[in-house]
Amino acid sequence: MALPKYTEPHYRIWHYFYLLICGCVFFFLIAPLFVIFPLSFNAEEFLVFSDGMKRLDPDAFSLRWYKDMIYGTKNPWGLAARNSFIIAIFATLGSIILGTLAALGLSSRHMPYKGLIMAILISPMIVPLIISGVAIFFFMAKVGLAATHLGIILAHIILGTPFVVITVTATLSGFDHSITRAASSLGSSPYNTFMKITLPLILPGVISGGLFAFVTSFDEVVVVLFLAGLDNTTIPIQMWTGLREQLSPTILAVATCLIILSVLILLTAELLRRRSERLRGINR
Amino acid sequence: MSSETGKILTTDGIPLEESLKQAEKKNKIKAFLLVAPLLLFLIITYMIPIGDMFSRSIDDKMVTNMLPKTYKAMENWDGKELPSEEVFEAFYLDYKILVKNKTAGKLQTQLNYEKNGFKSVLKKLARKQKKFEEGNYKEQIMKVHKRWRNVEYWRAIKRRAPSYTYSKYLKGIDMYSNEDGKIVQVSEDRRIHRILWIRTVEVAFFVTLFCFLMAYPIAHLLATLPMKYSNLLMICVLLPFWTSLLVRTASWMILLQQQGIVNDFFVWTGLVADDNRPEMMYNKTGTYVAMTQILLPFMVLPLYSVMKTISPSLMRAGKSLGATPTVAFFKVYFPLTIPGIGAGCLLVFILAIGYYITPALVGGASGTLISNQIAYHMKSTLDWSFASAMGLMLLTGVLAIYWIYNKLVGVDNIKLG
Repeated sequence: MALPKYTEPHYRIWHYFYLLICGCVFFFLIAPLFVIFPLSFNAEEFLVFSDGMKRLDPDAFSLRWYKDMIYGTKNPWGLAARNSFIIAIFATLGSIILGTLAALGLSSRHMPYKGLIMAILISPMIVPLIISGVAIFFFMAKVGLAATHLGIILAHIILGTPFVVITVTATLSGFDHSITRAASSLGSSPYNTFMKITLPLILPGVISGGLFAFVTSFDEVVVVLFLAGLDNTTIPIQMWTGLREQLSPTILAVATCLIILSVLILLTAELLRRRSERLRGINR
Repeated sequence: MSSETGKILTTDGIPLEESLKQAEKKNKIKAFLLVAPLLLFLIITYMIPIGDMFSRSIDDKMVTNMLPKTYKAMENWDGKELPSEEVFEAFYLDYKILVKNKTAGKLQTQLNYEKNGFKSVLKKLARKQKKFEEGNYKEQIMKVHKRWRNVEYWRAIKRRAPSYTYSKYLKGIDMYSNEDGKIVQVSEDRRIHRILWIRTVEVAFFVTLFCFLMAYPIAHLLATLPMKYSNLLMICVLLPFWTSLLVRTASWMILLQQQGIVNDFFVWTGLVADDNRPEMMYNKTGTYVAMTQILLPFMVLPLYSVMKTISPSLMRAGKSLGATPTVAFFKVYFPLTIPGIGAGCLLVFILAIGYYITPALVGGASGTLISNQIAYHMKSTLDWSFASAMGLMLLTGVLAIYWIYNKLVGVDNIKLG
């Protein structure tokens, strides 16, 4: 964004000021994440940079909190991680299946009451989480699914489907329906048409919606706080308790792992977005 | 061709119009069947429970069910003078059962809400009623405590006769209906909920404003930079977006603590003295800073997607027609970004108004919001009907904002990233 040569001085100053502001905002966005990383290798128990760390003394760094995370006494993290993954994977699968089917129906031009139904389907995204949490808790308590994995999975399907519905509907909006008609006219069964023609084309949308659903479930704490019993603690619940009671460096070790996970998810999402744009013929 | 001229038939001999209609209907059903599983699932597990919250919030059957005979006898009582022997007898019989089942405590608490001092009166009656003789209950009850002669206490019982009440909603805005049935405010020192509502709206408003002020320049930069740079900078927006909320809150807790890096920096620059480090966490400052950073990506992404579509030649055209860059910006560029501003502000405001986790962790006492109060009543006091009432009040607010937004800007398809 080089300025043209004829720019007047005060606009030049303004431009550099604008760049400075942008720099500060980017710093504000990203810097907090990088604080966690070095502190998780702290050899001491305090959550501040020790003098040794400032001098880059190798003795000031250690992996003890990572060891504590994996082998620590009572070790709540292993169970929490297992629960988190089980719940998130099943919730994602459920969201993908229900959400994709609904998106296919919604994108059909024959669908009656489209606006109303869309509003209902994406409502879990609009309603504040605390209210969703209360409502879902009442339901799960009534049907006896509170403090079970199934109950939490169902709750996360509720929260995850709107993302799948939105991303898949967006993918389908650029979808050329004459391709499926062509397939049908060539004798393909509806099931075959879906599996061989529609699904591969909308797959990036489905997967990126699924990623949203996965992250939603994996990070979700408000609803789980109401639903979880002792056997269903998840990583967010464990972190929440830890942060409320005492901020220990072990939490930072877990947080570092979570940041690495989110980098992986970000990369996947970005690759998918580019692929989807290429497939839909949107060139920039 | 058939004898009916003018009507075109398909190969099956059915009029084309009808055949088309049938096909249309079939497609409609097909589309609906695809949506049906999710729709049903959400209605059963989500929409009906929200409705259930409403019935819970107005439910007041507890007292009604505890004193069935009394309320039946009270039907004809006008509430002006002391009720008749019949009512006294019914009350005695109801109360005897409650004492026997050891559930009288609940009634005592409930009626004490209605009239202060009712609890001790009822407790005394619970002890004395064992020695009651049959007949003339009015005299016997009035002998137990002189307050039974006061018609106010009987009116208090009568007020709890309906099985529905809106008192939880009144409580949510620090009001109650007093002994005369008038709606009045609670005393000054007990008005806690109104402060919370105002604070919630205030925090949501300022967080939205801060997000907007910070997001606009960087969204503009991202949209105008060449692809290879903007992709790199986009990571700065997307990485926090994909990172766990708790991780980001934890990092703010480390940064803002008294011995934290932000305070270290202030001391280093000489802004504050080392022994006078300001408290930045467990108050509103912490809530503002952390929430702004956490919600910022939700503002940047809609703004970016709108700004990306604005052709740079528009600004050039404005400038070539004699506008200064400032005028060109406000007359040409800014109005075009309004849909993005609307979407971003709506998203951030709605997320902020229902925020729970971050205020609970970094907010302290002066930074908690209405959601924290709801969670507190759900988990600690177990006053679920009050939590439901507050939740529904919040929900109504959110839906109203959504509706206004829809009227003003129009809810287009919400874009994600």
